[in-house]
Amino acid sequence: MLTTILKRLLGAIPNLIGVVVVTFLLTRALPGDPAAFFAGGAGTAEAVEEIRKKLGLDKSLPEQFIVYVRDLARGDWGMSHATGQPVLTELTTRLPASLELTLAALLLAVIIAIPLGILAATRPGSWVDHLCRGIATAGVSLPTFFTGLLLAYIFYFLLGWAPAPLGRLDPYLSAPPLVTGFYLIDSLIARDFPVFVGALKQLILPTITLALFVLAPLARMTRASMLGVLSADFIRTARASGLAPRTVLFSYAFRNALLPVMTTLGMVFSFLLGSNVLVEKVFAWPGIGSFAIEALVASDYAPVQGFVLSMALLYVLLNLSIDIAYGFVDPRMKIEN
Amino acid sequence: MHSVWQKRLQTLRYVVGENPLSLAAFLLFAAFVLLALVGPAIAPFDALASNVGAPLSPPSLAHWFGTDSLGRDILSRVIIATRLDLGIAVAAVGISCILGGLAGAFAGYFGGWTDRIVGRLSDTIMAFPLFVLAMGIVAALGNTVANIVIATAIINLPFYIRVARAESGVLRNAGFVEAARLAGNGEVRLLFHHIIPNILPPMTVQISLNMGWAILNAAGLSFIGLGVRPPDAEWGIMVAEGAQYIVSGEWWIALFPGAVLMLAVFCFNLLGDSLRDLVDPRRRT
Amino acid sequence: MSALLEIDKLSLEFRTRSGIVRALENVSLQLPEGGSLGLVGESGSGKSVLSFAVLGIQDAAATITGGTIRFAGTDLLADGGSAMKTMRGRELAMIFQNPRVALNPIRQVGRQIEDVLLRHTALRGAAARARAIECLADVRIPDPERRYSAYPFELSGGMCQRVMIAIALACKPRLLIADEPTTGLDVTTQAAIMRLIRDLGREKGMATLLITHDLGLARDFCDKLAVMHAGHIVEVGPTETLFRTPAHPYTAQLVRATPVGQERLENLASIPGNLPDLRRGDLPPCRFSERCELRSPACATPLPNLVVSPGHLVGCHHPQARSSP
Repeated sequence: MLTTILKRLLGAIPNLIGVVVVTFLLTRALPGDPAAFFAGGAGTAEAVEEIRKKLGLDKSLPEQFIVYVRDLARGDWGMSHATGQPVLTELTTRLPASLELTLAALLLAVIIAIPLGILAATRPGSWVDHLCRGIATAGVSLPTFFTGLLLAYIFYFLLGWAPAPLGRLDPYLSAPPLVTGFYLIDSLIARDFPVFVGALKQLILPTITLALFVLAPLARMTRASMLGVLSADFIRTARASGLAPRTVLFSYAFRNALLPVMTTLGMVFSFLLGSNVLVEKVFAWPGIGSFAIEALVASDYAPVQGFVLSMALLYVLLNLSIDIAYGFVDPRMKIEN
Repeated sequence: MHSVWQKRLQTLRYVVGENPLSLAAFLLFAAFVLLALVGPAIAPFDALASNVGAPLSPPSLAHWFGTDSLGRDILSRVIIATRLDLGIAVAAVGISCILGGLAGAFAGYFGGWTDRIVGRLSDTIMAFPLFVLAMGIVAALGNTVANIVIATAIINLPFYIRVARAESGVLRNAGFVEAARLAGNGEVRLLFHHIIPNILPPMTVQISLNMGWAILNAAGLSFIGLGVRPPDAEWGIMVAEGAQYIVSGEWWIALFPGAVLMLAVFCFNLLGDSLRDLVDPRRRT
Repeated sequence: MSALLEIDKLSLEFRTRSGIVRALENVSLQLPEGGSLGLVGESGSGKSVLSFAVLGIQDAAATITGGTIRFAGTDLLADGGSAMKTMRGRELAMIFQNPRVALNPIRQVGRQIEDVLLRHTALRGAAARARAIECLADVRIPDPERRYSAYPFELSGGMCQRVMIAIALACKPRLLIADEPTTGLDVTTQAAIMRLIRDLGREKGMATLLITHDLGLARDFCDKLAVMHAGHIVEVGPTETLFRTPAHPYTAQLVRATPVGQERLENLASIPGNLPDLRRGDLPPCRFSERCELRSPACATPLPNLVVSPGHLVGCHHPQARSSP
């Protein structure tokens, strides 16, 4: 098992290198001369030259790359001009907010999509099947930023059920003591139930918005994969041996159907992390997405690059965990290299 | 050949009969194309002119979709935006399809190093959450509409590479290609005359499947303030402009452009599904 | 003697987009306790559909439109097949072709046997495991303790077929249906598997229904044969009688097309024509008549069911002259 995990880890390395190279190239593709940009409009030629040297821009591209990687490894991801803080600090303090939202949305989507897909596959042509297909097509057509606004309008403005779409917590509540950075968990650890309820209320609408979008590919894949597995020979064998329908459906069909669904999860995460940025903006969620947008608007490039890099690293990490989990579920992966 | 088309026609009739939505999607698609072509001629007001009506007035007979904070007619702006939104998506998908298709066809046909390089390129792009990569590209290249197109094209590349690579890898060893090779055709000629024409149908399906997603991405980028600049009309940026008024109850500013955007994406997705059923009935899900 | 399995005038249809496929029509069969019956015919003749119907695992699009299936006196189709549900896997079991894909790819084979034991017996825990290993040993799998935790992809096709037999026989059924059990296996393995099925059948006094398109295989293995063509059983009789004096023209052609011993390939006959399209509304009463040399106007009238000799029945207006006893 350990060697399998090790092999997966090694397999992720080319992607990791690719990610770092691309983000490096993105930093060099800044519009105009970065040195002149950092020197400001009034910078003299000498000042620009000095900054060029300071930034290492006078060196060759490979040398610059080595410096870039060394800085990254040291945790020097540049400074945010807007906040005056190191980019890495900004990102790490905001990451839990984004993760809490993303994971909550993923959880909600999985809880709805997988039973829906199974039901649709076991009753082809029924209303559940049509519902599933409808959701699969409509869901991926939703602009998350628009559905988010729509939900906020209906549930906050019209019905008043949801709190104002402004951040993670009502301003009159104070954040729970930091443990995991997830307000829901931290408030429970601190046994601060009003904060828990408050955080949950704030979380509901953005979570639904995100979940609606990623529900579609998950439900579609579950349904398709379940349909495929249910017509497989080994399901017929299981039925012929008189196994209980539940056993056939869950221990036999579902576990096999799960494999392609797990492969889709990677794509789903790609959607999730992307849409997360838009949803954070709509709900003023203080995560790394809204941080990146603020930086973008202010032409503050180091945070944007840091954001792209951190998201990519997170994504590589997620794919890696999916791969490893896949190896546990599918015994056939052990002998493959 | 005749019977093939007859069969296609039969399948088409079947697909439409089975799913009346695809007919609706096709009509809607035609309507969007028409709007993109003649939009400026049929928009009731100048989309950029301020104060054609009272600012922030709700939908009325004069202004069906209401007016925004500057008193601009939202209906006219939504109509005008069609061209820009579809234009960005079509340009991006076009670039992506041509470059990705060629790269994929070469990789699948020649294999070896070509394949490894193209595969690595595609894997590297896929190693990013795609929308985030698009943000990074626009940020690095500069905040313009052209760069939105480039960014959207880049994040679409892997999909076309994958399709073209798989198809040409299979076709490379097909009987008719082998026959043409034995007849003394050069490799490049084979690729352009025998392989690429045959990967066009699956590529077309991929285009229609990707178009909706490309529109969503482009609109998403302008929603967060990239690419399209005010006062230009574009669905994503219009939703962004309306966002702040949602919490005070002026719903129409964001709703109409958002709804039209959703409709356009939905229409392309439906169309893509129908087209896939038509070209490859086995993959119906 | 009452039969263990008794199928009487069974008819089954598939409702498809392109019309109703009348896959089985008035099919009748008897199989005595401990007997072995070969169900032979071309692919598409309805052999597998029939066996699936016996176990109630037919496709969702299939409807049984008439007839009965009785097993040891119990009506399997009564109450929406509730009797069948309790019996299948215990009293009747089935093995399939292509054993490598007919087992759950991500479950240890021993666990797959245990699943059946847990469902049908009172065995639990270590006892169930021990019995599963015993089942593996029963089908002559070497080193059963180790093989218990193997996955199907780690085993050869022949081994997988043995595992499937072990699953089928785990609860000591009275009837085993073997649906082309040697398809997808090497020739050498085929013989071993067939010998295993026969030996186990004799040891345990189990009746066997062998479904195959290979008449030679059926001849080696079965006391009785039933010949299927396009959803009809055209002829039933003791194996040797059927081979020596086939009464139905289709059987006669099948026999001529079957190599016996060292016969040369050139001497083998082929059967002209194809199975008729079972969706047609104008299917003749005899579904073979359109490819039959002996066709006459009588073939458009309802089929007779002639008794050629005791236990030898044929559904044909023109039974071959040689066949009279």
